[in-house]
Formats: sequence, C-alpha cells, structure tokens
Amino acid sequence: MTLVALLQAATGYTTTPNGLQHLTVPDSGWAWFIATVVKMLLTFTIYMVGVMMVIWAERRICAFIQDRRGPNRVGPHGLLQSVADGVKNIMKEETYPGEAYLPLFILAPVMSFIPALITWSVIPYGAPWDSKWGTIDTALAPMPIGFLFILAIGSLGVYGIVLAGWSSNNKYSLLGGLRSSAQMISYEIAMGMATIPVLILAGNVSLNTIVSRQAGWGLHWNVINVTVAFFVFMVAAFAETNRTPFDLPEAEAELVAGYHSEYSAMKFSMFFIAEYANMMTVSALMATLFFGGWDIPFTLWDNVAPHTLIKTLVTFAFFWVKILFFVFVFIWIRWTLPRFRYDQLMALGWKFMLPTSLVYVVLIATATWLLEYMGVHPASWQFAVAMLGLNVVAVGIIFGVIDRGRLISPAYSRLDKRHIDKLREARYGRARLTPATSEGGAD
Amino acid sequence: MTHNELPLFYVFHFYFFGIVGIASAIAFVTRKSPVAAALWLVNTMFCLAAMYVLLDAQFIGAIQVLVYAGAIMVVFLFVIMLLNLGHASALSDARGMSGKLIAGLVGFAILAQVFALTRAHVPEALTLPENALANQFARSGAIAPLAGPLFKEYLLAFEVTSVLLLAAVVGAVVLGKRKERIRAH
Repeated sequence: MTLVALLQAATGYTTTPNGLQHLTVPDSGWAWFIATVVKMLLTFTIYMVGVMMVIWAERRICAFIQDRRGPNRVGPHGLLQSVADGVKNIMKEETYPGEAYLPLFILAPVMSFIPALITWSVIPYGAPWDSKWGTIDTALAPMPIGFLFILAIGSLGVYGIVLAGWSSNNKYSLLGGLRSSAQMISYEIAMGMATIPVLILAGNVSLNTIVSRQAGWGLHWNVINVTVAFFVFMVAAFAETNRTPFDLPEAEAELVAGYHSEYSAMKFSMFFIAEYANMMTVSALMATLFFGGWDIPFTLWDNVAPHTLIKTLVTFAFFWVKILFFVFVFIWIRWTLPRFRYDQLMALGWKFMLPTSLVYVVLIATATWLLEYMGVHPASWQFAVAMLGLNVVAVGIIFGVIDRGRLISPAYSRLDKRHIDKLREARYGRARLTPATSEGGAD
Repeated sequence: MTHNELPLFYVFHFYFFGIVGIASAIAFVTRKSPVAAALWLVNTMFCLAAMYVLLDAQFIGAIQVLVYAGAIMVVFLFVIMLLNLGHASALSDARGMSGKLIAGLVGFAILAQVFALTRAHVPEALTLPENALANQFARSGAIAPLAGPLFKEYLLAFEVTSVLLLAAVVGAVVLGKRKERIRAH
C-alpha cells in the first residue's frame, strides 16, 4: 500500500477520479479467492498431465494405425514414456546457434506455449456448483467477452513460431516461420467467421451463454444447428494448430524441421508441448462451441436445480470425454491424410472456406430471423428440427455438388475421371499387408 | 457496492499495467533493433488492453489485442524480418538537435494535458449512475450496448467507413499491380 500511496502522491491521481465511480469491481471475499486459486491449480495440473497423456496416446495410436507396437517399455503400456522423455530433455545440453538473436531465441518457445494455456481460463468445465459459500462458476474467469478473449489470445500464438523462425538465423527456420504466420492469419479469419453463426444463435459472446443455449436434450447442440460452421471451424482448427494435413511450417521434406530446426533439449520440448497443448485447447473449444460444452445429451438431469457437487463432477468428466474424442480425431487424421501443397492450403483458406462461411452467416441469420418471425421460439424443438433440415441441405450441397470430383473439396485443381479411378484402384485393389512382428520400438 | 474507495486489487492492477505499459513504451522508442522495438510495442498494447478492461471496456480491450497485437503487429514483424533493415543506428527518425527538441516539447505538452484532465471536473451529464455498466452487462451482455447504436443510429456512418476501407484495399491492389504493368510494356 505504501508504494501505491507514494505513487498517488507523486502523480496526484486519486483512486476515485471524477466520473469513474460506476466501474464494475469483480467479486471478492474468501470463497471467491479460494475457489479461484483451487481452479487455477486444478486447471494447470490437469492440463500438463493431459498433455503428457496425449503425447503418449498419439504415439500409441499412430503405432496402432501403422501396425506397430509403439512405446511399451516405460511403465505399464509405456504410460510413463513422456516422463522419461521429459527427464531426458532436461538433462540434455542446450545448444545455441552462433548467429542467433538470443533473447528472442529463448523467449520464443515460451511464447508459443503460454497462449494455449491462457485460453483455458475462460472455458466452463462443468455445471456451476451451488455451494453453501455461494455459486461457484467452473470457468476460471467467466468474462462477458469470453469468445472474443479466446480469439484475441489465439491470435498471439503466431508470435512464438515467427520469432523462433527469425531468431534462429537459419533460412529453413525463417521459411517455416513465415509459412506458419501466413497460414495462421489466413485461417484465423475463417475460424472467426465460422463462429459467427454460433454467436448469432446464442445472442451473446460469453461462453456461459453459448453453453446454456445448447443445454437440454442435445437437440440444440450447435453441431446440429450450424453443421457447416462446425466443419469450417474444424478444418481451421487443424490449420491453426499446424497439424497434418496443414503442417507445412515443419514439412520435413522441404524445411528440415521448420521453425524449430535449431532448437534442442527442453526448448524443443516446449514447442512439442505447445503443439499438444494447442490441440487440447482447440478440442475444448470445439466441444464448448459446437458440442454443448459440459452438457450431457439425452437427459435433463444436468440442467435443472439443485446444482450439487456431484453434478459438477459428472459434467466435468463428460466435458473431458468430448475433449479426448476430438484429440483422438486430431491424431487419427494425422496418420490418415497426406500433407497439402502450399498453394492448395492458401486456396482452401481464401477461396473456399472464407466465402463458404460468409454465405453461411447470411443463411443462418436469415433462417433465424424467419423462424422468429414465424413465431418459432429458439428454445423449442421445432426450431432445432428446422435448422437441422436446413443444414442437411447445406451439407448435401457442399459435399455432393461443390466437392464432386475432388478429393478434398478445395484442393485447387479438379481431378479428372482417370485419376479418381486410379486412386480408387489403389484403395480397393491393394494387396493385404502382413502385420509387422517386431517387438516394441520407439516412436 | 459503493466505490468511494476502489479495492486494493483494482488499484494494484491499475498501477501494475500502467507502469509496465509506460516502461514498454519507453523501451519501444529507445531499442536499436527493430524487432525488439516492435515486440515492446506489442507489450504496450497489452497493457493498454488491460487498462480498457479495468475501465469496463472489455470489448475494446479484446479488439485491441486481436487487431493490433494479433494482426497488425504480426504483419509489421513480417515486413521488418523480410526487409532485413541492416544496422539500426542509421535508421533513427529524430535527426538533429531541433528534431529531438520538438519531439520532447510535444511529449511534454501531452503529459501536461493528461495531468490537467485527471484533475478536471467532469460534468454531471457525462457521468453514468452507479453500477450502470454492471447492470447493462447482466441485461444484454458486453457487446450489445455497443452493437445497438452502431447498427441502428449510426448505420450509415458505419457502412460509409466500410466503403472507405474497401477503397483502401482496392488501392493497395492497384498499387501492387502497377509495377507488373510497367514491366510488361
């Protein structure tokens, strides 16, 4: 307080300047304080352990898809492999390139990791708990601008990669960093556009409102009401996290290892952790925005009072089931789809996803207005069914008409019939592969 | 809650972000390396965004980070990194004694203005009733109070501004294309 008093004396600034008396001051008191500290510790612990487990899952699932065993030596089923790798990376020597700009070279891995972590502060994990000390919200900081906060923090993720690429003073790193920033800026726009239908339906940007709008039997989940937006968001999410098929910033065949070519030991590990952290963050976003957040489908038990601790814990578990499902989808697609070419990536973002999501915003806004004009209440089942019908038509047009004759819709050039036949042949006519018999193995 | 005395929590964050913001701004104008300067500017924008949030302008705070720190500064960095500006000592803007003197005077005038404004009496008509914003947030969310006037009363101005931005984009494309045409002839 003395420092504050000193500053006030020095600047002549009083704590209540004229015209500022109307400010909202956040809740205070011990219940709020303790709940916040506990939530912070829980979030951080679950998150870090989650990242470790997801790295293990990625390697095991990848091995399963490639018919190998994957890591199975450290701990039961190789569960402690990430711990072993972490210890190894801490013990390793840190190398610095001679011409690197050191302050930024060291800062970059941190800057790629922090934004993914901060995003979690606004995501509601479960139903609020009516404790005897007052209602405790499950989001760490339930901000009224929730979703915009996520967009703002998400747009900072690019700094880590760009700075890593530049400060390494290596042409491959720089090219990786530049590719990444171009990619992330392009897909951020599509991502933001894809969420506008969600915000139109919710009528607000706070995540609590978005989740509570979807609460109920599961018919009001946004994936049913705004399906196209979900697809666009998912594709943009893959690009934002630099995951295959959009992992051009670290395309091994062209760029050695892209922006983290020069990094070793724990600093490389930070980038590695950041990738999986981002994956979990985006999965949590997809669950919150499109799959009802913590809502349990086919029951109203979780949506009605009394809001006991049991309800909070069960909805919390259900939310994690959704997150892990999306994490699995991320891993599954990585080991299924090949990498895009750079021009295909840009064409997909600017020439397909952006126009599609723009048209879709207009479509959803018109449909919502029309339904409300006709007297259909947005919370009624008629509203959800009407939106479902609209989406079936829209998805049919996109995948049946626009995508016809192309493998992945926007891949720029149209494939001719001969090519498709050839690809189908490769798919159905291949010889059955004999399963590998080797025991264990890394990766 | 009456706010004759703002809580310590609030006051602490006000001074924390204020001091960090000013320090970053000073670092921004004094750093020799363009990349370091740009990053200090990003930090200043963060602190500004925090100030907006403290003033209940949460939407402006989020947009400040999203647009300035997340988009414009990234493009700046992009350009700085690609141009490879060479040694920084030759790049200084304020050249000569008179330039520095004028810059200092302008800065001093702005500082004096800020001090005068904090002590000025705010007319009664411009102050909001107590908890007005909190009630508004509870009633219609954080962005509806801004979106309402923007898309109703001031719709024409809003649309005209967007036409202006479109003209700027078209202009940029034309300038980008011009070189090609000259080379073709």
